Amino acid sequence: MNDELHDLYQDIILEHNKRPRHYGVLANFTHTAEGYNPLCGDKITVYLKLDSGVISAIQFEAACCAICKASASIMCDLLMGQTLDNGTAVYSRVNELLTAEQAPPVDLAEDGEIAALSGVRKFPARIKCATLPWHTYRSALS
Amino acid sequence: MCYVIVGSNSTLKYLANSIEILSQLRNLVSVTIAQTFNYTDVRADFPILASQVRGKPLTYLDNAATSQKPQVVIDAIERYYSAENSNIHRGVHYLSEKATDAYETARTKVAKFISVEDPDEIIFTRGTTESINLIAHGFIETQLKAGDEILISHMEHHANIVPWQIAAQKTGAVLKVVPVDDRGVLEMSAFDQMLSKRTKLVAITHISNALGTINPVKELVDKAHALDVPVLIDAAQATPHMSIDVAALGCDFFVFSGHKIFGPTGIGILWGKREWLERFPPYQSGGDMIEKVDFEGTTYKGIPGKFEAGTPHIEGVIGLAAAIDYLQGIDRPAALEHETALLNVATEKLSAIDGLRIIGTSPEKASVISFLINDIHPHDIGTFLDADGVAIRAGHHCAQPLLKRFGVSATARASFAFYNNFEDVDRLVSAVLKMQKFFG
Repeated sequence: MNDELHDLYQDIILEHNKRPRHYGVLANFTHTAEGYNPLCGDKITVYLKLDSGVISAIQFEAACCAICKASASIMCDLLMGQTLDNGTAVYSRVNELLTAEQAPPVDLAEDGEIAALSGVRKFPARIKCATLPWHTYRSALS
Repeated sequence: MCYVIVGSNSTLKYLANSIEILSQLRNLVSVTIAQTFNYTDVRADFPILASQVRGKPLTYLDNAATSQKPQVVIDAIERYYSAENSNIHRGVHYLSEKATDAYETARTKVAKFISVEDPDEIIFTRGTTESINLIAHGFIETQLKAGDEILISHMEHHANIVPWQIAAQKTGAVLKVVPVDDRGVLEMSAFDQMLSKRTKLVAITHISNALGTINPVKELVDKAHALDVPVLIDAAQATPHMSIDVAALGCDFFVFSGHKIFGPTGIGILWGKREWLERFPPYQSGGDMIEKVDFEGTTYKGIPGKFEAGTPHIEGVIGLAAAIDYLQGIDRPAALEHETALLNVATEKLSAIDGLRIIGTSPEKASVISFLINDIHPHDIGTFLDADGVAIRAGHHCAQPLLKRFGVSATARASFAFYNNFEDVDRLVSAVLKMQKFFG
């Protein structure tokens, strides 16, 4: 397997794909949204429970590829228990990692598991797979 | 090249008008015409097939999305721009006359290609999608009223669903959908039941782009005509694989795309019976489609001009004509036999893979294989195969209702053309096995 493909499907991604965290419908959600990728028909639903500006619970359901599912699983891990402001900061960082014209340096210690998503940069057709859960999270809030 | 011509070019063109005539004549004059099909030689006609992608030889198995182009098509387009470029139907100068002649000759060629007599019934469009939209527009304006029914099938491409949904919304007509069975075969008993005097049009695909199912179009046309119901055949996926005698088929509309029959993108064909086309109002309006313009009123050209407003895709039409010439130079029944051999070998080898499921198992099938492996998402399959130089399609194939019918949102699809070979099948199979091992 070539290196680029290996970067795309790192162990972290495969692990999250196999055993996604926070998977399933969330009872008592306060916010939800569905996201679609019309290119491939992928579909994801993100559920949030907000308590005084804090994400007290977050879950997702999806019929999507490994990249999308892993991205959603990592997203839920990271956003769980965060304030909305912190959530926005994480969202912006992911956007930067995946879509900035110049690839920003990735700091494993700081970025944690979202660093694993940056391998998608070399596969332009797959960037939307990684960003779909995050856009869906944003639209659940709006 | 893959064929040998002894005799003049025009003799060949005449002979190639109809496969039936051709096959009869082949017996009679086998001394003067010897068409053979050799799938190894034919690859040399398509320069892109010799290229490498991601450091691997290209294995192009996305032919149902678009076909590759032979050198003769590429040359024809280059020649047009470097030696013949001009607008048509306007200038009195030499180049304009040449371009106009090439454009109108192409129309005649298309008519012969599908065995219809009147070239005026050939309308150039941007593609199959625009062809269907033009017909839908005509039906909305002149045919449909509340309570009328439009009959389509569950295996249609979105291009043969959405225009009719809009037509139904605008007129109060009802869109009816003929189901398919678990193999992806059209349920004929349901078709018989749903077809009625209320049906104002049957719009159906000849071959399913997602599953490869070949529909019994002649039978459908005959049944519809018994009730005076016109029939539109979406032949976008059929024309790349087989010669079709539209006059014998007897349908009322027949639409297909240039880029799927080894010609350029952006050029499509709508054939319709004269009486239908004359009934329809213009689809777009402006230059070149008028007879006389006055602020008090405008009169339109007859067909085909009425439907070809503005400067058309001249390059596309010239490239399309070159593609048709190319196709008429190969033994198409033999090419289809080769495609079927590829389909059979690929089906056998893929089916042998543990956890691999083929969606669409019609006994009548074109060289298209939609498949799933374990719970690996088709998008991931596509990326993995691409790393091995294998180009397939992953997704819903613009047939979401059909995939939903099979309980999936996407499939991986390998589709073959006559220039594919058995090594392509082997590379597909070994890439699939490698990927399956990775996802464990």
